[in-house]
Amino acid sequence: MFVLEVFISGLLSGVMYSLVALGFVLIFKASGVFNFAQGAMVLLAALTFVRFIEMGIPLWLAAIMTFGVMIVLAIFIERFLLRPLVNQPLITLFMLTIGLNYFLEGLAQAVWDAEVHGLDIGIEDVPWVGLEQATGLLISMFDVISALIAMGLVIILSIVFNKTKVGRALRAVSNDHQAAMSVGIPLNRIWVIVWAMSGLVALVAGALWGTRLGVQFSLSIVALKALPVLILGGFNSIMGAIVAGLIIGASEKLGEVFLGPYVGGGIESFFPYVLAMMVLFWRPQGLFGDVIIERV
Amino acid sequence: MSEAEALNDTPPAVADEKPLLQISNIEVIYDRVILVLRGVSLTIPKGGIVALLGANGAGKSTTLKAISGLLRSERGEVTKGSIEYEGKSILQNNATELVSRGLIQVMEGRHCFEHLTVDENLLTGAYTRRDGNAAVNRDLELVYSYFPRLKERRSVLAGYISGGEQQMTAIGRALMARPSLILLDEPSMGLAPQLVEEIFGIVTRLNEDEGVTFLLAEQNTNMALQYARYGYVLESGRVVLDGDAKSLRENEDVKEFYLGLSSGTRKSYRDVKHYRRRKRWL
Repeated sequence: MFVLEVFISGLLSGVMYSLVALGFVLIFKASGVFNFAQGAMVLLAALTFVRFIEMGIPLWLAAIMTFGVMIVLAIFIERFLLRPLVNQPLITLFMLTIGLNYFLEGLAQAVWDAEVHGLDIGIEDVPWVGLEQATGLLISMFDVISALIAMGLVIILSIVFNKTKVGRALRAVSNDHQAAMSVGIPLNRIWVIVWAMSGLVALVAGALWGTRLGVQFSLSIVALKALPVLILGGFNSIMGAIVAGLIIGASEKLGEVFLGPYVGGGIESFFPYVLAMMVLFWRPQGLFGDVIIERV
Repeated sequence: MSEAEALNDTPPAVADEKPLLQISNIEVIYDRVILVLRGVSLTIPKGGIVALLGANGAGKSTTLKAISGLLRSERGEVTKGSIEYEGKSILQNNATELVSRGLIQVMEGRHCFEHLTVDENLLTGAYTRRDGNAAVNRDLELVYSYFPRLKERRSVLAGYISGGEQQMTAIGRALMARPSLILLDEPSMGLAPQLVEEIFGIVTRLNEDEGVTFLLAEQNTNMALQYARYGYVLESGRVVLDGDAKSLRENEDVKEFYLGLSSGTRKSYRDVKHYRRRKRWL
């Protein structure tokens, strides 16, 4: 029973990792760049959201307004950072996102503040009473609901990527910038769309993590939790982000409970990296990443 | 070469209607310092197949990119001259605008989207179209009727199909935009002679049946002059020779430098060297 509880709560917290990983995957898919600033975007979104709520704006309106802010941010990033650097080596773009990370962290705290804000999005972090009475399992209601929200988001994103014209264009751009340009796909608009989408994911992740941990600077560190998820699942697979999140979440909790005592505990923080590294040996593109096509 | 094709050998300049594409004296500079084109002028008549010939580095690809708007992303710039498409200057237009106006480039080296299926590759070509799914699907079938081999492989990732099939996918993808002018960069690159002939044959059919105009950059001079009606020879960034395909095929210098046929009077290497030095167009 206890094992099952640990397993399920691990899975559910894994969904939260997936959510952060998803933001990375979106940008990686459309531009081939690892967006180092994703953590800062989570922080910015969460801070903006919580401050809007503190101003007395209703929850739903605050969410829409924050999304608006993330869209404006996406437009600025495209116009002033990406456009001048088109066709530059990927490492240049990667360094750009490192700079962007520090800039956004500073901006978020300068415009709002660096205090810890409590965020209440109307879901309580209490055990699910119905489930407890039926099966005796203690599972947090909040975990279940955030998992459902994350799942919904993933389904929508998968449909957008695989079934729509814009999604096809996004994948084309990530595959070959120049060829995408040559068939008339407007790179600028695609980039705005993709950064706005990852802004939306950052908002959802920020709101959920913020509710649990409080909205504060350490939210941007949460992004690091997504790294092993990305390596395990593959940098360009939405499905991979989800499945790997679940695996990481469940295995780190189980590892902590069952292996932890033998090595003095505390393995939860590095266990995911070990797991991810082992996968690298076996499948360098991750579990669900695009196969590496090599022609001779 | 048939008689009928020889009849088409009129120079484009004398056609009464305005040419589809008119390039006058363009100069292209990369990175603000590297001068690549030095006064190139081309005339592409509506419904024609024009070949742009020349060796590696002569400026063929740069010319095509200057037309299609892809130059800017490579830090190149048209600094002098004019490019007019359907009578209007297109120097300020980006690739998206040009594709929706019917001018599209098929890049050198095929550039398929490897991780997309053949079907999806073709559909990306229709991104700029606004005439609805039904019309796009009709054109998809049309493309498959020209390239039956692709239809068999429609759900295979483009990274896994052969080089010839990739070239067909790249041309088919461009066709999906319903273009009036296709800039085709080195379609023969890395392909077996038989496949090259197949692809050139399809280009001819597209030209005759669908009325698509082609500007063809090729190093394979022999092949290009068999299918094109008019040709320009580029050397070091300028046009050194132009004429209808037949006259170019019979031109002594083209034979000597590009077709590898010499007239037979010069036997020793010393003579050849002397001749080549004397005939350098600079």
